[in-house]
Amino acid sequence: MTMKLSRRGFLTGSAVGLSGVALSGCDALDFVADRDGKVRGILEGANSLTYRVQRLLMSPDRLAPEFTQADIRQPMRPNGVTSPQDEHYLSLVSGGFSAYRLEVTGLVDNPLSLDLETIRAIPSRTQITRHDCVEGWSCIAKWTGAPLRAILDEARVKPQARFVVFHCLDTIERSLSGEVKYYESIDMIDARHPQTILAYGLNDAALPVENGAPLRVRVERQLGYKMAKYVRGIELVDDLTPFGLGKGGYWEDRGYEWYAGI
Amino acid sequence: MSQTANAPMETRAAPAGRLVYRQSVWTRVTHWIWAVALFFLLLSGLQIFNAHPALYVGDQSGFAFDNAVLRLGATREGETLKGVTTVLGTSFETTGVLGASGPDGQLQARGFPAWATIPSGRDLATGRVVHFFFAWVLAGTLLVWLAASLVNGHFRRDIVPKGTDLKALPGDVADHARLRFRHGRSYNPLQKLSYAAVLIVLLPLMILTGLAMSPGFNATAPWLPELFGGRQTARTVHFMVMVLLVAFFLVHIAMVVLAGPFNELRSMITGWVRVDDTDGEKRP
Repeated sequence: MTMKLSRRGFLTGSAVGLSGVALSGCDALDFVADRDGKVRGILEGANSLTYRVQRLLMSPDRLAPEFTQADIRQPMRPNGVTSPQDEHYLSLVSGGFSAYRLEVTGLVDNPLSLDLETIRAIPSRTQITRHDCVEGWSCIAKWTGAPLRAILDEARVKPQARFVVFHCLDTIERSLSGEVKYYESIDMIDARHPQTILAYGLNDAALPVENGAPLRVRVERQLGYKMAKYVRGIELVDDLTPFGLGKGGYWEDRGYEWYAGI
Repeated sequence: MSQTANAPMETRAAPAGRLVYRQSVWTRVTHWIWAVALFFLLLSGLQIFNAHPALYVGDQSGFAFDNAVLRLGATREGETLKGVTTVLGTSFETTGVLGASGPDGQLQARGFPAWATIPSGRDLATGRVVHFFFAWVLAGTLLVWLAASLVNGHFRRDIVPKGTDLKALPGDVADHARLRFRHGRSYNPLQKLSYAAVLIVLLPLMILTGLAMSPGFNATAPWLPELFGGRQTARTVHFMVMVLLVAFFLVHIAMVVLAGPFNELRSMITGWVRVDDTDGEKRP
C-alpha cells in the first residue's frame, strides 16, 4: 500500500507530539515556582476551591476512617524534626517534662497553663488512624490524647476566634535571619472535631521524642504537616498574618497549602 | 462502515473528497483544554511522585515490612551513583533516567529526571499547586463534555461502541495494522473503543483514585479508598492509569501523523474533515 504523508502534515504532527517534550525539556515552565508570581496566585485559587468544596461536602463532625489493632504493622514513622536541640526543650526532656506547661492564650476568656498531669486527667480519646504524609506515604498508628475541644471549652473561646495556632518548641530551620520555630494553624471546625486531639500516647506507650513528645496535634482529616509536634502553646486568633511569614504555618510559608485535606 | 480491506487505497490519492462537519465546538474546545490540562497534570504528577518515589499495595506504606510494587532508588558504588528501578522485587539499572539522573558527573538521586517534572527542580509544593489546579480543570471539563455530548448525541453516536462496531472490529484492526485509514464522518471501531476507554474509564478512574488519596475526602467517602484496596493501592492505580494515558497519547499522536495530520488537525480545530470519496457512509 502507499502511505500518503505530506511533508507539511508530517512536520505539523511531529511538532504537536514533540512540543510537550520540548516545553518540559527546558525550564520554560519554572516560573510557576515563583510564589509571588501572578500565575501562581491564579493556580493557588484552586486550593481555596478545594477547601470550600470539602467543607461543603463534609459535615463538621464526620470522622476520618479508623482502623483496627491488626492494621498496626510497624512503628509510627517519624518525620520532620525528630530530635530538637533547643536548650529549653532538652531541659524539659531531662526533667521528664515535669516543668512542661501548655499555654492556652489569645481570644479566650480564661487563659490556661496546663501541666501534663492535668492534660492526662481530661477524658481521653484513643484512635487508630492512617497518617498521610504530603510526600505520599501512609502509616497506621494508635494515638491517645486529650480532645482539643475539651481544652477550648475550658478556656472559653471568644466568638470572634477563627483559627487555632499551635506554637512549637522545636527549631526547624536555622538561617542568617535567625531561628525558625515550627508552627501550624487550623480552623475552628477542625479544632472542635472529635478526632482532633493533643496526643501524649502512641501505640499504647508514652509519645516518644521523635514523634513529638510531650504533646503533638492529630488533625486526622488533613495531611501530616498540619499535625504539629512538640506543642508548647495554643493561641486563638482571628488573623494568621502576624505569625511567621503570614501563611499560617511553617510549610505554608514555603508554598504548601494551608488547607491540607487533599 | 462499508469500507472494506480491499477498497483501493489509491482513491485517497485522487482529488480529495468533500468536507464534512465532524467535530462540534464542544468536542473541539474540551479536547484542547484536556490536552493542556493532561500535559501539566502529568509533569506535576511526576514531581509529586518524586517526593516519595515508591508505590505500595494496601492502606499504608511498608517501612518495617515490604509491600512495595515499584521503587525508584539510587545506590552509591564508590564514586558513582547508580539509578535502580525495582518492579515487584526485580531490580533494573536505570541510571540517567530513573532513580538517578542529571548532567554528566552531577548525577542526583531522584525518581523521574528533571526534564519530566514541573518545575524542573525539586519542588513538591509547586507540583501540588499545579496538579490540583489542573485536576479541577480536568474534572470540570469532563463534566461539561459529558453534558454537552449527551445533549448533542456525540456520546451515543460516536463514543459508545455498538454491536456493529464490534463486528467490524477485526477488519478495522487489520486495516490499522496495514496503516490503512478510512476518513469518514464517524470514528472507526478502534477509535471509538479507545476514546470510550479514555473518557468513560481512565479519566474518571484518575479522578476517583485522586480523591481516594485525599484525607479530607476520605472522611466524606471512607468507602472510596477501600474500593481500590486502600489509599496506597489507590495511589498505585493512579500511577498505572497515568502510564495507560501516556500510552494512549503516544498512539493517538502516531495515528494523527499516519492518518494525515493536516486533515486530522483541521477537524479538531475547525470541525471540518475531508472524507474519502469512497466513504459510503450514509449517516449524518
